[in-house]
Amino acid sequence: MAALPIAVDGAEKFENVCRILSRFGRRPSGLIPILQAIQHEYKYLPEEVLTFVATSLDVPPARVFGVATFYAHFALEPKGRHVIRICDGTACHVKQSLPVLNALRAKLGTSEKNKTTLDMMFTLETVACLGACGLAPVVVIDEQVYGQVTPERALGLVEDIKAAEMLMATAGAIATEQPAGEECHE
Amino acid sequence: MNKATESTLTIDGRTVAIEGEQNLLELVRKANIDLPTFCYHSELSVYGACRLCLVQVEGRGISGACSTPPEPGLKVLTTTPEIREIRKIAVELLLANHDQSCPTCSRSANCQLQSLAQRLGIKKVRFKSVHQPVPLDESSPSLVRDPNKCVLCGDCVRMCSEIQGIGAIDFSHRGHEVMVQPAFGKPLGEVECVNCGQCASVCPTGALTIKSEVDKVWELIADKAKTVIVQIAPAVRVGLGECFGLKPGEITTGRIVAALKHLGFNQVYDTSFAADLTVIEEGTEFLERKTQGGTLPMFTSCCPGWVKYTEQYFPELLPNLSTCRSPQAMFGSLVKAMLPDQMKIERKDLKVVAIMPCTAKKFEAQRPEMGVDGDPDVDYVLTTQELAHMIQSAGIMFDTLQPESFDMPFGFYTGAGVIFGNSGGVMEAVLRYAAEKATGQRLEQVDFQQVRGDSGLREATITVNGSELKLAVVHGLRNARVVAEQVRAGKSRYDLIEVMACPGGCIGGAGQPVSTTRDTRALRTKGLYHADKMLQLHKSQDNVFITECYAKFLGDIGGEKAHHLLHTTYQSRRRIADESLALMQSENEDKLKVSVCLGTNCFLKGSQEVLNGVLRHGEQSGMEGKLDVRAGFCFEKCESGPTVMIGGEHIPNCNAAKAIEEIDRRIENDEPAGTCNGHSCNHCGK
Repeated sequence: MAALPIAVDGAEKFENVCRILSRFGRRPSGLIPILQAIQHEYKYLPEEVLTFVATSLDVPPARVFGVATFYAHFALEPKGRHVIRICDGTACHVKQSLPVLNALRAKLGTSEKNKTTLDMMFTLETVACLGACGLAPVVVIDEQVYGQVTPERALGLVEDIKAAEMLMATAGAIATEQPAGEECHE
Repeated sequence: MNKATESTLTIDGRTVAIEGEQNLLELVRKANIDLPTFCYHSELSVYGACRLCLVQVEGRGISGACSTPPEPGLKVLTTTPEIREIRKIAVELLLANHDQSCPTCSRSANCQLQSLAQRLGIKKVRFKSVHQPVPLDESSPSLVRDPNKCVLCGDCVRMCSEIQGIGAIDFSHRGHEVMVQPAFGKPLGEVECVNCGQCASVCPTGALTIKSEVDKVWELIADKAKTVIVQIAPAVRVGLGECFGLKPGEITTGRIVAALKHLGFNQVYDTSFAADLTVIEEGTEFLERKTQGGTLPMFTSCCPGWVKYTEQYFPELLPNLSTCRSPQAMFGSLVKAMLPDQMKIERKDLKVVAIMPCTAKKFEAQRPEMGVDGDPDVDYVLTTQELAHMIQSAGIMFDTLQPESFDMPFGFYTGAGVIFGNSGGVMEAVLRYAAEKATGQRLEQVDFQQVRGDSGLREATITVNGSELKLAVVHGLRNARVVAEQVRAGKSRYDLIEVMACPGGCIGGAGQPVSTTRDTRALRTKGLYHADKMLQLHKSQDNVFITECYAKFLGDIGGEKAHHLLHTTYQSRRRIADESLALMQSENEDKLKVSVCLGTNCFLKGSQEVLNGVLRHGEQSGMEGKLDVRAGFCFEKCESGPTVMIGGEHIPNCNAAKAIEEIDRRIENDEPAGTCNGHSCNHCGK
């Protein structure tokens, strides 16, 4: 995979990282909440930022890397603008989540290894259980939950997002980053 | 009588006394039952992951002996059908995912996985492998990482963080994807590893091994155009025998010389000679610093692991490090300067091989400053283990060899040079010199018992000429860090500090035969002190060939020529290669490049404020299109931090105002990136 340019917009994010570190008193015990807050800021954990965190907390970078790779929640690669999560827990699996996954992969051109589309619009992931087994199979797109999803419906949802993106682009409002939910929760 | 009933338990029906053991495993082993383990190491924390030391405790079921504290009255069974089956399954599962290229593995002779499979009678692995092969990591000059042979016991991880205080490798990922690797999956040669190799010395399999240079040395010996000379470090003589069934600590100097001559080396010399030279140079340097108000405390600089550690973690203490090269390096530099003329050969045809107990010496030999015009002073470094391989491969029956003696003059040494291999040895050798020099009187009692011992951090006070010398002897880099932090904080009471990275000093080096325990180390230590005792001379200044060397070649002690050949300089060194963080980028080709160092040192000196100031200024004055601002993690200019590079120019001791002024000046004068005049610059990219 080619190294992608780091999505960084200037001083603001870096100052936020410094603020996050200070909020946890630069204590190694705060590593996990620090990484969570940083992921909120950058949408993933850039390697260089992890090195900075390690230096600031006086923790070996290898340990920070170990923690960041242990938890499924943390991403070390940039994600697409829209994150699609398909539940493949027992209930969803039995209720045919796999055909949904396969249909979406075929449409988006992603795979188990390359989860993000080349245009950085979609990231397609599986999760073990979302705790919404009554709605199985479940798909979550960004923060929205969809129940009893069929392959056809899933493809339709993707089409809807693509159409909305096109509309926005032609309207001149270039969708770079979602404007909402960006502020660091101080 | 009472005591016996109160503090005993039974192991397989036999009564065993509890005598301060930390866990059941120690007790079981005391009762002469060798419970198998991968992840237990008496000097590291208990991990309890390998599930091989399982025992059945009556009333409690099966539990790991390593993580069960002994209690009076426990009834422990070590071998039941159930336990045997669990152990067998554990080893089978490990074997299923193990790269079983055993005959060609360098740890084949002493692999714990292999011997356990034998012991447990495993004839067939019933499980299918799900292992995906991953490439070897051969980036380090000292070590090879083969994750395909890792059993995830974590001994290396705990050794690196608990004893060395570094943590260059750690577990990453989760479940069946777990592996031990450096940060971000980078190669070992590009991270903060100091090459001490202690990870390899505790590795039960071939997942971490010494990078062998044996083949290159065979080639060299066979090349008739080359004169190949070899030097042997002190610690090798008390370790090599272990590979041939001899007891640890047995002195095999004469047999090593015989074996090396048999192998075809032209001349065989002793690094202890160069150690004597080091004592004189380092002792003189210390006395000068002490009497002329130089930088104190002075740290010894013989240990390449410690030197790299200081360069990475304590760059501001580099002036405290003795400028003396290590004995290995002094030897190479001296012989390559002296011998070509005497032997009427060219320097390029004289090759130096060093036999060392140490893996970090391989890195040291490759340092560019340890050579002349790209020709290294020491061409190859073989560890004790690699020499054993050469001897075995030549079929030399080492244990029955007739001893031979070193060649002269670089084979002549005193006891002071020999004890260099022990923790505290450099200190004692320097004291034997310094005490005599300072008082001008002959030192009769040469043993300084105060600095000997096993503890990782020892201190001593010695009165010389009416003034007190405060000394510290440290082994293990985690202990060294404690002492170095005191020095950094200005709270150190010491005058002279000896640091060795490996437990016990060089005798416990990772190049020595594996399975190093405290007992083995103690025997080797004793062996070296014994070697000192058996020599007639114990003080480096009594080495007549050293005296002659100064008189005929080097000139004055600490003089110009000696300084050129025997001393060196150090550099601050970044821990992880190639990390920088883009903070303000511009498409514009002509942008002004600004890099601010956020490495530990600069960070402590306030570089973060500088960076924030620059970024804010850039935004407020609308310079976004003209600036390219990056944060780096060590520009190797720690002494003058905070370090800022603007348009390729280094601005030492920078602050926000200074940086903004320079940026404004350059933007105004339309003087962007290019003030780097040709020479390679990592920071502006020109």
